[in-house]
Parts: sequence; C-alpha cells; structure tokens
Amino acid sequence: MSNEATLHGHPEVTTHDVHLDEHGVHHHKETFITKYVFSQDHKMIAKQFLITGMVWAILGALMSVLFRLQLGYPDTTFPWLEDILGSKWAKGGHIQPEFYYALVTMHGTVLVFFVLTGGLSGTFANFLIPLQVGARDMASPFLNMLSYWFFFTASIVMLSSLFVESGPASGGWTTYVPLSALADASDGSRAGMDLWISSMALFVVSSLLGGLNYISTILNLRTKGMSMTRLPLTIWAILFTAILGVLSFPVLLSGLILLLFDRHAGTSFYLDKIFIASTQQALPNEGGSAILYQHLFWFLGHPEVYIIILPAMGLVSEVMAVNSRKPIFGYMAMVGSLFAICVLAFLVWAHHMFVTGLNPLLGSVFVLLTLLIAIPSAIKVFNWLTTLWRGNLRFTPGMLFAIGFVSMFISGGLTGIFLGNSTLDIQLHDTYFVIAHFHIVMGVSGMLGMFAGIYHWFPKMYGRYLNNTMAYIHFWVTFVGAYLIFWPMHYEGLAGMPRRYLTYSNWISFNQFADLNKFISTVAMVVFAVQLLFVFNFFYSIFKGRRVVSQNPWGSTTLEWTAPIRPGHGNWPGEIPEVHRWAYDYAKDGREFIPQTEPLGSNESAH
Amino acid sequence: MAQVIPSGQKWWSGGKSPYNVEYGKLMMWFFLMSDAFTFGAFLISYGHIRFSSNAWPNPNEVFKAFPLMGEMNLPLVFVSLMTFILIMSSVTMVLAVASGHNGDQKAVTKWMILTIIGGLAFLSCQAWEWTHLHGEHAWWGRNPFLNADGTQSSTNFTNFFFTITGFHGFHVFSGVIINIIMLIKNLRGDFARRGHYLMIEKAGLYWHFVDLVWVFVFTCFYLL
Repeated sequence: MSNEATLHGHPEVTTHDVHLDEHGVHHHKETFITKYVFSQDHKMIAKQFLITGMVWAILGALMSVLFRLQLGYPDTTFPWLEDILGSKWAKGGHIQPEFYYALVTMHGTVLVFFVLTGGLSGTFANFLIPLQVGARDMASPFLNMLSYWFFFTASIVMLSSLFVESGPASGGWTTYVPLSALADASDGSRAGMDLWISSMALFVVSSLLGGLNYISTILNLRTKGMSMTRLPLTIWAILFTAILGVLSFPVLLSGLILLLFDRHAGTSFYLDKIFIASTQQALPNEGGSAILYQHLFWFLGHPEVYIIILPAMGLVSEVMAVNSRKPIFGYMAMVGSLFAICVLAFLVWAHHMFVTGLNPLLGSVFVLLTLLIAIPSAIKVFNWLTTLWRGNLRFTPGMLFAIGFVSMFISGGLTGIFLGNSTLDIQLHDTYFVIAHFHIVMGVSGMLGMFAGIYHWFPKMYGRYLNNTMAYIHFWVTFVGAYLIFWPMHYEGLAGMPRRYLTYSNWISFNQFADLNKFISTVAMVVFAVQLLFVFNFFYSIFKGRRVVSQNPWGSTTLEWTAPIRPGHGNWPGEIPEVHRWAYDYAKDGREFIPQTEPLGSNESAH
Repeated sequence: MAQVIPSGQKWWSGGKSPYNVEYGKLMMWFFLMSDAFTFGAFLISYGHIRFSSNAWPNPNEVFKAFPLMGEMNLPLVFVSLMTFILIMSSVTMVLAVASGHNGDQKAVTKWMILTIIGGLAFLSCQAWEWTHLHGEHAWWGRNPFLNADGTQSSTNFTNFFFTITGFHGFHVFSGVIINIIMLIKNLRGDFARRGHYLMIEKAGLYWHFVDLVWVFVFTCFYLL
C-alpha cells in the first residue's frame, strides 16, 4: 500500500475538496440540534465555549463581589443576604466562615479553569485555528464536539457542588491536603470535594481532547503555502498552549486519583500522623507526604498560568499589529519567546513551595529558573511596545484592551520578580501581595486579552459589531477599576496582611486598612456592574448590532477575513485560499496591508 | 515509510502533513505522550514516598506464589510469566500491523485474535495475583508484609502497588476492548474496503505503549 493511499485514506488530511463534499455548505440539511447543540462546526463549538465561559465568569465574579462585601464591610449586616442565601450561609446577614471559604475556593477554580482555560482557549483555539491556517474544520470535528460536552459536563458537576448540603469544596482552589483529603477536617471536604475532583477529571479529558485536536490541526491541516513561519502569532500561541495542556494536565489527574484513594480507600499517599480536633481522633495513616500533593498540583498549576496567558498574548499580538497598521515587531523573537516560556513553564513549579521546607539549595535553583522567565516576557513586552511605536494607531475597543493587557502584564510581571526570590517570599508568601500579583499578571491580563479577542473577532463570529460606546465604557471602567482594586493590595501584602482570612477586625495592625478594604470592595462592585454591561452588549449585538458589510472590516491580512461574512460549515465556498506571504505585511510598498493570499510581486522576495 | 517528495516542495510549507501521517496517528502520539506523563507522575510519586521511607518490603518475599504450586517459594516467576505474555502479545500486534501493510485481511484477523488472547491472559494473571494478595490480607490501606529489615511497614507498599498496577491493568483492559473493535471492523471488511489498515496501526501504537509502561511498572515494583 502506498503512502499516497495512507494519506488520502482520511479525506481531511490533504484532499480538502473531498472534505467539502462531506461538510460542504450546500449539501446537508441541518436541524436545530445538529446546528446549535451537538454541532461539529468549529465556529459553533467556539461560541458554545465562549457563552459557557461567560456564564461562569459572571458566577465567579459574583462570588468575588460577595466575599468583597464581607472584606470591605465586616461589621455591617446585610439582611437581604440571608433572604437570598439562607441562614446556613449568611446567618443574620453575615457571610459565615464556611461560606466565605467556599466562595474564595470556587471563585479561584471557576476563573482559573472554567473561564480562563476552558472559556479562553476553547473559544479562540476553536474559532481561529481552522480559519487562520486555512482548513475546513478541525482535524477531528467529532472529538472537538466531545471536548465541549466534557467541558459542559464538568461545568454541571462543578455547579451542582454549590448545592450539596455540606457545601462546595472550600480548601482553596489548590485543594491542598490534608484538608482536602479528610472529610472530618471541614464541611467543604465532604461531598463538595468529591464533586470538585470529578469535575476536574472531566475537565482534564475535555482539555486533552481539545489539545490533541489543536496540535494536529495546526501541524497537519495548514493550507498550501502556509508554512509555520507564516502563521499568525495567535496560532503559535495556541499551539504552545495546547502542548502545555497535553503534558501538564495528566499530572494533575494522577494527583487527584491518589487524592481520591486517600479520601475513600484508606490509603496514606498524602497523609501522615494526623490528629483531627473536631472528632478528637488520631488517624492511623502513616508514611504519606502532604508535600507530594503540592508537587503534583503545581506541576500542572504553574504551566496552567501560561495556559491562561499564552493565548491572551497571541490574541494581543494579532490585534495590536492589525490596529497599529504595522508588522508585528520581531516575529521570530515572539515565536522564540513563546517557546522559551513553554519550556520554562515546566521547570519552575516549586517556586510556589518556597516556604514548605524545601531544601534552600533546590529553592535557589528554582529562583534562577523562575527569574529566567523574565527574559522571554521582557522580549515580548518590548516587541509589543515597538509594534506600537510610530504606528498608525486605531483605537478600536479591541486595540484598547490589547494595550491594557500590555500595561497590566508589565505591572504584574514586575511584582513577579519580587515573589520569584525565595528570601523575599518568606515575607510575602500568603499575603495580599501574592493576590495582587497573580490577579494583575494572570487574571486581569488574561481577561483583557480575552476581551481584545472578543471585540476584534465578534464581527467574524456573528456578522455584526459590538456597540462601541458601551465597549469604551467597559474598557475604561474595567482597566482603571482593576488597577484601583489590585494596586492597593500590594501595600496590604507588604504590611503582612494574610490572604484567605474572613475578617481582620481583631488585628490592630491591619485596622489602618479598613477604609482601603472598603474602597477596594466598592470598586469591585462597580467593575462587576460594567461586566454586566458587556454581557448585555454581547447578546444585544448578536441580534441587533450594526451589520458587517465588508468582508475585511479591520483591513487585516489573515485568512479568516477572506471567508464570507457569515461563513458556513466548511468556511470557504469553493477552493481553500492559497497563502503566498507571512501574516504581517502592513504598511508595505506604499500599501496599507497586503492579504496573505496575494501572490508575491515581481520585486518581492519570499517571506 | 518515506514518501518521495516532489521536487521543489517542502514538508512544512503547508498543504500536507509535515510528518507524512494522517491526523489520527499524530493525535495518538500526542495522547501517548500525555499518558506517559500520567504514569510518570504515579511512578515518581511512588519513588518519592519509597525513598522517604526508612525501609520497604522485599518483592522476592511478597511475590513468590504461583497458581497450583501451594507454598512453594518461586520468587518473581509468576510475574515473569505475565511479562512474557504481554511482550508476546506485542509481537503478535507487530505481526498484525505488518499483515495490514501487506493488505492481508486473513492474517490480520489471526494476529489480532492472538493479541487479544494475550491481553486477556495478562488480565487473568493480574486478576489471580490480586486475588492471591487479597487472600493474604493485602489491599488498599492494608499491608500484611513486613519490611525487608523485619520492621513494620507502612501501607504505602500495597497502596501504590494496587493503584499503579490497577491503573495499568485498566489500560490493558481498554486496549483489549480497542483490539476487539479493530478485530470486528477487520472481519466486516472495513479496512479492506478502505484500502489501508491504519486503524490497526494506531491500536498497535497504544498496545505497545501499554507494554512499554509495564516494563517500568514491573521494574519499579518487582525488581527494585
């Protein structure tokens, strides 16, 4: 059997025309179910991920509003809270300690995994990969659909844990043992913890199915002429994100399986010599190591923050080049730094564990590796700034969010240098300084990058624009608000204010921050309200937004804008376009932009 | 299996698969890398706990039974048989894949049946071994075996043994199911109609991986 037969056995590989017959725009009748629910069209799956992610974002943000209410106004009673949440969680209008811990735990879990991993990667990897590499769909549309439905099931399981009697998981989003392993240790370690583990296992499956698809689509299904170095940076970023996910999530799965055995099979993988105060009981478990769990968790946990930030970096690079009307500065340096971050991501996990009694020599190795990440990060930042430099800037909402991303990434990245040092970490560990750092560099940056992507590609998704006025209000309030919320937390952290505490009223030394906490909480509520404005804008514009009338509204070079305004399943009617040049021919030879599909002129060399 | 590259075309320039493989095989390779990390995490956890323990049971004393041999002292003989069976099933898998390349539907059927039998035999052996150990009161959270130096052992010897060999056994089980599906598809003539036996190759990749993992599991639990 020849390889020709091997390759063409599956029509998706190279023979795009055959594929068109299978999924072509004109051929098959679609029912509501196959079009909107069990869809295998990557564009619809992307929208499913996006909208599920938005529902989670609202829930996760609402949780933060609730616990900020407690932190900002610890002595005030809110009787309406008891009306809504019942007397178990909000007795007498006060948020109860168990509920507070459940809120911060679920806030972290939801935002990190369900919004900024599932929502962000799921949306833009699905939407952009086939459209930007020039493919009819993902390598396996079926697995892609499964990926979403595993995500959906994981979401349902996690959501259901909010409603069990003993409450959801409440040992922090990292679910450290032994707290998470022992049901008697806290209410949140009962049924809620089992649901948390099950949900995360489903999430890992979803992420694996998605990641395998993203990688093989990018490698195998690029259209003719689309060499790797002609790919837009979005695709490079998504490729490295997928590799990180495929290699790090399984380690979390292993860790969680061991945890499940410790919880239910009487094993002692993580447990050793424990006395439980609530039951006045000494446990027989011996020989395990709680630190082992932290190693397994952070082997995923650290790459996870890059799984969040790399797609945002890719989106920002693309949006920024398009709206600066300039080629991205240092394309190969951008790719190289993405690669460097991807490798280093696996080698720095123990910097989360400096105060666990880690050998100081080992600690210093992790300090070195951690600080090395500053190099590729700085390369990226300088490349973004030099892309903006003397550009012909168009301040579209997408562009504003992209610039906001760079600002946040710089601010948050600088405090990373503090925390990456094991000696400084002794003072700063588990304080509000850490909260400020990772919210700015990962949370807010990730969200701003995602918004940049949503505003930029919304016209491609729905054939309509988002409302600009609401978009500008959304940007400025979110951007300024995020700084107002998280900047002051650095001062609280430097003063030693620990995180995860219900109230600080009993500490005279932190009384000075009472007004500051009130201020932070107020701003958090305003920022939350503006996100609701965005959600309104989103759904309103799907149906009533200004229609897109030209195929390429942003004047962009990349392939997705050569497809029809509302592409069908299969993306391009007729032949898939062929690519002749890289993705960043802006302001060249006196022309504003040259699409990738335009053949090289006689005076041009290949690029 | 190198394909002749038409002159002037480059592998990575788009329009074709740079590795000359279809997407399913690429996915399988990446999945196996992912799964290697799952097993890697388990085995490293095992190493971490074992080396932080003062002492550990001697595998020659724990794994010395053989079916129908009563109390006879046969250290590691049974597990060697298991390993031999699994490796032989990998050999038959290779032959199935090779027959597929030759388009020999009948030979594929024959070798797939043998591979499935090998897999089932391995699972049966494991079932016997587990039952035997359970009969000696070994289970998750229960460890009847003393350390090699005669001191009381923690339960983590059995905890890790059952978890990791169980996880591997689960992989073998899924592999057998996959192989049965492949066999049925082959009997129905799906591959012959398609003109290639790529699915057999992909199932083979998975099967060899499961075999390779066993080599590490075997080394960690029985030899070290």
